[in-house]
Amino acid sequence: MLKDITLGQFFPGSSLLHRLDPRAKLVAVVLFVVSLFISSSFWGYALCFLFLAWCVHISRISPKMILKSLRPLVIILIFTGVLNMLYTPGEAIFHFWIFNITKEGIFNAAFMIFRIVLLIAATSMLTYTTSPIALTDALERLLGPLKKLHVPVHEFAMMMTIALRFIPTLIEETDKIMSAQKARGADFDSGSLIDRAKALVPILVPLFVSAFRRADELATAMECRLYHGGEGRTRLNTLVMAPRDWGALAFMAAFCLLVMNAQRIAAVVL
Amino acid sequence: MSEILTVQNISHIYSAGTPFERAAVKNISLSVQEGEFVGLIGHTGSGKSTLVQHFNGLLKPTSGTVLVDGQDIHASKEATRRARFQVGLVFQYPEYQLFEETVYKDIAFGPRNMGLDEGEIDRRVRTAAQQVGLPEDALEVSPFDLSGGQKRRAALAGVFAMEPRLLVLDEPMAGLDPVGREEILQCIERFRRVSGAAVLFVTHSMEDAARVSDRLIVLNQGEILMQGSPAEVFSNSQALTAAGLDIPTVTRLFIELRRRGLPLSPAVYTVPQALAEILRLKNGGEGEVC
Repeated sequence: MLKDITLGQFFPGSSLLHRLDPRAKLVAVVLFVVSLFISSSFWGYALCFLFLAWCVHISRISPKMILKSLRPLVIILIFTGVLNMLYTPGEAIFHFWIFNITKEGIFNAAFMIFRIVLLIAATSMLTYTTSPIALTDALERLLGPLKKLHVPVHEFAMMMTIALRFIPTLIEETDKIMSAQKARGADFDSGSLIDRAKALVPILVPLFVSAFRRADELATAMECRLYHGGEGRTRLNTLVMAPRDWGALAFMAAFCLLVMNAQRIAAVVL
Repeated sequence: MSEILTVQNISHIYSAGTPFERAAVKNISLSVQEGEFVGLIGHTGSGKSTLVQHFNGLLKPTSGTVLVDGQDIHASKEATRRARFQVGLVFQYPEYQLFEETVYKDIAFGPRNMGLDEGEIDRRVRTAAQQVGLPEDALEVSPFDLSGGQKRRAALAGVFAMEPRLLVLDEPMAGLDPVGREEILQCIERFRRVSGAAVLFVTHSMEDAARVSDRLIVLNQGEILMQGSPAEVFSNSQALTAAGLDIPTVTRLFIELRRRGLPLSPAVYTVPQALAEILRLKNGGEGEVC
């Protein structure tokens, strides 16, 4: 039951997207998101959509997984849509009580929803094709210059790696503790809201105790291996930008420009 | 004697319908009689832990039925709940489920969920604490201040206090030193003697299983490999070794002695039995031993 949560789930694979340097991927996603937000025309969105569809296709990730990543956002999408529809001034096509639904409003709502959907889909593609470890590595390297300003970049990256590493462990632990308390007759599914909140105590207390115990054990294990932070630390797998990574970045920059001028280009071509 | 637990052809498939599909339990049938002491042995990953979670309805079998006291435990919500209290399940490392402010309250958690009145809860908590050898003054301290062995026994008491008719223990002695192991075994024995409950004891240690069980069930890759009295099971040492299980050291010694030509029984699995067998041989045929 708890195992069904998708939390930046990684699907191992060997497609071009999987093999790209995580730093390149991260920057590419940022560029894609920028393109999405500067685009204001139908053609810009169409380009973004086609490009993303092509990415999903070559990554061999089932489009169903992308839809699954959108499911938690349905409420936000509806909310955004409705608000945009009601509060955009313009040519009214429908009117009741104090509400005016305008042509511009409908367009705005549609664009807004489309924009958010593409945004989530693109970032999901990043986490679906990049292992969490590679992603934190990339973040550490990209934020490296901040070290000069005494920002503990390495420590943040290490904390993130450890947190990600322990998510499945803690989920498993929660499952186990829940079963154990159920075996002693604990009931999590009935009673009032307060009863249910109280029923969580027998799970949360052991879970916290065990999380602290694990943290302690891990700290000891790291100290035993003389871990002392990022200073002078080398890596087993150093990230290297291959020509195809630079190529991907150049492509994304060009894409960004293309989307920005999509309206004008379309006007010339058509 | 009647059957307290009857398991009919149950299978359990994890992640059914996905590429990760895996059958942990395959078509298993077994039963436990009232007051019996059964040892369930299996290698790591043989499906032991999955199997025992079906006995009190924590897991629902993909197919097959589980009867507790003749009642299908998945017939209704009430039936499942009743099964929870009739079949007490002690998980691996049960000390990790302690959570209350005091040991007393923690042991009382199960009985309180059963909806018993305060007097009865108090009686059960004190009886259970006594059975696991926790002194009266330990009841008022935080369970997190107890020693490792005491924590385990306090967790055990939490299940004893529900006074189940079948006590299922999943590797109750894992991670303890020999003294701790002995203490746990004694707690279980005491509980059994007083309550008359049946006990099903999951382990991968042949020695422990051999010492205390009336009957052994050997699990291999989600299926029952064999079952019978310890003597019957251990006399079939080849099948056990093939399933990756150790046979008790004494049994191994006797098999080796037999191979070298001594007319000893292969069904010896405890030290006292070994002594008796050697004495029998010595008194029976002086010439054969050396």
